[in-house]
Amino acid sequence: MEVAKLTDVTRKYKIGEVETRALNGVSIIINDGEFTSLIGPSGSGKTTLLQLIGCLDQPSSGKIVINGKDTTNLNRNQRADLRKETIGFVFQFFALIPTLTAYENVEMPLLLNGKNPAERKQRTLELLDAVDMGKRANHRPDQLSGGQQQRVAIARALATNPKLILADEPTANLDTENGEQVMEIMKRLNKDTGATFVFATHDPRVIKYASRVVTLQDGLIVKDSNSK
Amino acid sequence: MMNYFKMAYRNLGRNFRRTLLSGMALAMGTALLMFIAAFFQGEMRSSMETTLRLNTGHLQVKDAEYDPDKFSVAWEYLIENPQQVSAQIEAMDQVQAATPRLFASGIVSVLEESVGVQIMGIIPDSSANDPYRDGLISGEFLTADDREGIVIGAPLAESLGLKVGDQLELLVNTSEGNVDKQKFTIRGIFSTGTTSYDKSVVLLPLAKAQAFSGAADHASMIFILLKDREQADAVAGAIQGNGLQIKTWKELNELLVLINDFSNAYLTVLNLIILGVTATVIVNTLLMSVFERTREIGILTAIGMKGRQIIALFLAEATLLALGGITFGSLIGWAISAYYSKVGVYFGDLGMSNDMLLNDRIYTELTLDSAVNLIVTAFIITILASLYPARMASRMEPVEALHGAQ
Repeated sequence: MEVAKLTDVTRKYKIGEVETRALNGVSIIINDGEFTSLIGPSGSGKTTLLQLIGCLDQPSSGKIVINGKDTTNLNRNQRADLRKETIGFVFQFFALIPTLTAYENVEMPLLLNGKNPAERKQRTLELLDAVDMGKRANHRPDQLSGGQQQRVAIARALATNPKLILADEPTANLDTENGEQVMEIMKRLNKDTGATFVFATHDPRVIKYASRVVTLQDGLIVKDSNSK
Repeated sequence: MMNYFKMAYRNLGRNFRRTLLSGMALAMGTALLMFIAAFFQGEMRSSMETTLRLNTGHLQVKDAEYDPDKFSVAWEYLIENPQQVSAQIEAMDQVQAATPRLFASGIVSVLEESVGVQIMGIIPDSSANDPYRDGLISGEFLTADDREGIVIGAPLAESLGLKVGDQLELLVNTSEGNVDKQKFTIRGIFSTGTTSYDKSVVLLPLAKAQAFSGAADHASMIFILLKDREQADAVAGAIQGNGLQIKTWKELNELLVLINDFSNAYLTVLNLIILGVTATVIVNTLLMSVFERTREIGILTAIGMKGRQIIALFLAEATLLALGGITFGSLIGWAISAYYSKVGVYFGDLGMSNDMLLNDRIYTELTLDSAVNLIVTAFIITILASLYPARMASRMEPVEALHGAQ
């Protein structure tokens, strides 16, 4: 089943008088359960592609269907709903809310989804255990290491059981050991939950975990291991 | 809902000093406004009560021809048989006191110095004269049959170097248009608390004032105090008399009534100005907070928080800030107002005319009404002001918000 389907998607940015094309007509289908790595040099369009799939941004042209839903004409709130229900994010920086504890950060998407307190508690503790952060549930982000923060961020991304988890350079700010650990966790969760993972990276150590590698250059897909 | 406030509380704690300063700005604004409101109210009440008590009363009955500016004691301007008229009026249920008074213009002269005064002939026993009797700071009050005694105000005594027992010479314009003079002995010195009034009035027993000025059995007016001043129109309607004019306190104090009515509008404008400045501080604080937390807002939108939920988050912060600042400010404002309602603020002789008298010392008066009004207004303005930064945060594009902070 297709979790994401992009057809001839372009994304142009205008900075002053200069127009730059971050994506030049990309078509790709991401299937259920894939563990896909988007690679390519800086400025190749990895992050832009990830943001478009994540409905954080809108394409200049082309069509994006997420989980069977055409996103072309969705307004801000409808996009927010789609993100809330279908997509989880892990960012390069350790994107936790600094005033909330690890527990509360993971609980936040469940709150936004209107889950009841008992459900929230059970799911949050279960996820923190899954990323081996159960013992640090009550720590604030500034009391956690980078690797620990990223594990909490992964737990948060998985909170609402999203179909699709998007990770933008999740290991970029981590040392090798923590980077490996984070990738192991994502891989395991991919297997255990069947969630689809797409991550942008230019860390060659990460690529070995991917079941599919898509290479971008100058806003175009130049190589896709699936179409070998 | 609780979660918004929990987050808001922690966010405010992140930059504690800034939160404290903004809260203090709000507190100071509220305290200042509360004090101003209390001061204004005290001032308006004092000027109304002092003017009514000393100068106009609640009702005046005068001859239809009487000209209050000339203090003429010519018989055609005066009321005949005033004691009889006042006794009839005093018998009415709504009336607290009705007493005849005779006004004449005079000059007090001691050695080389002389001062123009208003001579007021009174029935000493009447409770309408309580402000003078209760305000005695030395000596005794007049008796009805005293033929040589006079009571004067403290500032006049001081300026002429007089004390109880001293003699002064009083000149009076008589009913025939002549000038008569006589020596009087000071029986008592009073202070009503209003210097401008106290230095311009001397008191004689009515009978003596009548004889001295040649007014015979006449008086300038019947001075009437009511149990409830709002009854003035009703009582005025009930008083009958040919050739008499009956004026209520509202007619006698048109300017004062007007100022009183306008004072609320004036206070509202002042509130809006001060709260406007305070609101700017709040907007500034929240805007800084929005800019600092751009990335966080990006994260929250990425995980599905909607615009209105972001607004709610910032409104919760503004609400907590407002609750803290306004509560603290109200306590300070209340404490200062309470203190000055006991001690008063001393202004001294403002040189007001007798049309609008003001006590030398203004006592603040904070009513529950105006305090609640102020607190609610301050709260609403703070929340309205915070809408701008809150909406700004809610309209950030998630990509830009996330990107902006990387």
